[in-house]
Amino acid sequence: MVKKRVIPCLDVADGRVVKGINFRNLREMGEPVELARRYSELGADELVFLDITATLEGRGPILDVIGRAADELTIPFTAGGGVTGVDDARGLLLAGADKVAVNRAAFDEPGILTTLAAEFGSQAVVVAIDARAGEVVTHAGREPRGRDAVDWAREAVERGAGEILLTSIDADGTRAGYDLDLTGAVADAVDVPVIASGGAGEASHLADAFAAGAEAALVASIVHERPDRLPELKTELREAGWAIR
Amino acid sequence: MRVAIADYGAGNLRSLSSALARAGVEPHVTTDAVTVHDAPLALIAGVGHVESAAAGLARNGLDDALRARVQAGRPVAGICVGMQLLFEASEEGGEGLGLLEGPVRRVRARRVPHMGWNTLAETRASSVLDGLDGEDVYFAHSFAASPADDGVTIATVDHDGRLVAAVESGPVAGVQFHPERSAAAGARVLENLVRWSRSA
Repeated sequence: MVKKRVIPCLDVADGRVVKGINFRNLREMGEPVELARRYSELGADELVFLDITATLEGRGPILDVIGRAADELTIPFTAGGGVTGVDDARGLLLAGADKVAVNRAAFDEPGILTTLAAEFGSQAVVVAIDARAGEVVTHAGREPRGRDAVDWAREAVERGAGEILLTSIDADGTRAGYDLDLTGAVADAVDVPVIASGGAGEASHLADAFAAGAEAALVASIVHERPDRLPELKTELREAGWAIR
Repeated sequence: MRVAIADYGAGNLRSLSSALARAGVEPHVTTDAVTVHDAPLALIAGVGHVESAAAGLARNGLDDALRARVQAGRPVAGICVGMQLLFEASEEGGEGLGLLEGPVRRVRARRVPHMGWNTLAETRASSVLDGLDGEDVYFAHSFAASPADDGVTIATVDHDGRLVAAVESGPVAGVQFHPERSAAAGARVLENLVRWSRSA
């Protein structure tokens, strides 16, 4: 049986890992590939690098990070954040990312998912969906798009997405647990794996997301604060009976 | 030792090259049929569709070079889509190299792609998976080989039913998972592949 995955997410700006609240008060956490390697040693099943650099001109450093990550890491990783179109996504995959996460560009032009899946296989194409109260929002949560997240998830999969990175804007940063209704509704509606994101505070939250149908759970602040929390989370999940690597 | 990685234009082979270098060999990503034919070990890797991969191999005559190697008893190994390319017709469309008999079928399970770490179950002893029985390795695929001869299968994996995870038959070997993305277990698979190629 395929194991449930625990996936640390690293926010990268101008080639450095940063941590902040709502993109303000960004604090440098270190060199992305070094930090990534540390998480890999601590048992991360996979990693996500999200480029939060504001401008397209600032995209150079992320490609360098992806290339070095491809060389040095021995676990899979997804690259995403601010992907503007098919060339941008292709650039991240050709730089060495195992998967690319596409958010607004896919919502605005779903054919991107089909193009990428035809070229790289759907296992390399992740659609990132941010939702508030079940509605798709883009632009880091600022723009409601008037579309049901479950409905968009279903279409994205039909178009070629092989995985869904589902973030609840409501739950994000609360540490009160993932949005289980949203996670369950999307997981029921599609046949690809769903990664739950937003709200992780303790191991039981990850377990609840798995029980709701998620194949994987994204963690950020709880492990950035104390990386040793990662193996502890995995041990607690294993002890609770989940199939964990 | 030099390892030729057949470059058919599908994705990025950088992580595999780096992982091979760590295994102590000299990876050489190439579109040159002579290099693919002559190297001590030739690998077929990459991502994407079997159909475009097969077309990519044919474009530079790499398909004939790989077949000629195997006829001469020299080792060829396929990774992920590369393993599927060792076989015959794929439900994804297109034809593989036919080095092993059997079709490639769509994975039928609640969740497709089969994505993540899953446990190898050895079906017979082999050089390629020596020491790997019960280890977790990383899979990311929607299609899987269905060998006509069960005897070529060396390990399976359970994803709502058994899938063939690895094969070995004479000078031909294949793994459906990604050794370059499977941490220490994956490194061991690559070392085993190199050792196998020296004795194949």
